[in-house]
Amino acid sequence: MSTTKLNRGDVLNKLMEVRGNALAIAGLGSPVWDLAASDHQPENFYNWGGMGCAISMGLGCALAQPKRHVWVITGDGEALMGVGSFATVANQRPDNLVIIILDNEHYGETGMQKTHTSGGTDLAAMAAGAGIPTTMTVHNDEDLNKLINALKTSPLPLVASIKVENTKPKLVLPSRDGVYIKTRFRQAVLGSTAALHVT
Amino acid sequence: MAEPWTTAAHRLFKQHNIRTVGYVPDAGLTELIKSCHADNDIKSVVMTTEEEGIGLSSGAWLGGEKAAVLMQSSGVGNTVNAIASIVSSCQFPLFMIVTMRGQYGESNPWQMPMGQAVAPVLKSLGMHVFEVETDDEAAEAIEAGLKMAFVSNAAVAILIGQKLIGAKSFIADVAEEVINVDN
Repeated sequence: MSTTKLNRGDVLNKLMEVRGNALAIAGLGSPVWDLAASDHQPENFYNWGGMGCAISMGLGCALAQPKRHVWVITGDGEALMGVGSFATVANQRPDNLVIIILDNEHYGETGMQKTHTSGGTDLAAMAAGAGIPTTMTVHNDEDLNKLINALKTSPLPLVASIKVENTKPKLVLPSRDGVYIKTRFRQAVLGSTAALHVT
Repeated sequence: MAEPWTTAAHRLFKQHNIRTVGYVPDAGLTELIKSCHADNDIKSVVMTTEEEGIGLSSGAWLGGEKAAVLMQSSGVGNTVNAIASIVSSCQFPLFMIVTMRGQYGESNPWQMPMGQAVAPVLKSLGMHVFEVETDDEAAEAIEAGLKMAFVSNAAVAILIGQKLIGAKSFIADVAEEVINVDN
């Protein structure tokens, strides 16, 4: 196995090429900057807080929008904080939910302390143990191509832990206004009338 | 006799088009959980921790649907940061039903501190908290709360008191026989 890890920006650029019309929910921290850098658009929901909730938020959205794919893009620390959600997702088995973890084995926003994945914790194995039908760890370009193939052909939900370099990404910042981010997303998905008026 | 609050809750969920119900079980929620599971128009989601309910409900709203979250009072502490960070910052609607422990007639001392903390903690987060003790009060508060949550983007918690759901009796409810050690 190569010792050179994948670059998180390159990984996300490659994945966004095959995103299609999937909705995206980013977990707080670097995945937000990564998604904003790679494919900024109204159908992205950026979490600036609420650590541990990106996967459950993705599940809620996937259940509400069964005809759209929903991609959760998050980090290893964020996923670990809400790791029980693997079991909750597995129990619901939404066939439109993809969970992509950019696993740099560190808490990037708090001083680059090591997360549990640097000490042997295997997020893909945890997801498989929870009952997620398709799980994988991505180490290199070949694995990444396998993931891209799995996104088209394997049963969902899918959890992929992508091992990436422990580098600070470029800070590409979306708006911090949660109400704006929420409403923009709903307008894009539901249309303006449904997003702005209660039925 | 008044309509049981759990029947009223399910009826009002239908009336207000609640499509997802996330829950961590409690004895007091048994009937409501059963009726949600029996309803094909409601996606019933058992969660590993109450915090998931906040993500689930917010995610449902992003996708254009309404969700409700059910939990026991001891789980309220698990929701605090998610409510503050996600619900308050983004003004997501939130509708929670909390069945109380550590309150009227409680027989487990470990439940008391959290039971006493629930209302002040939720109020400190800016939530609208309705404490109810009869079936009629509960139905009325659930109806009011559903409107407030989804029409006014409010965060609402209905606290169902132990006077209504009954305090758990360890001897009768849990086992056929009780043996005390640590004598």
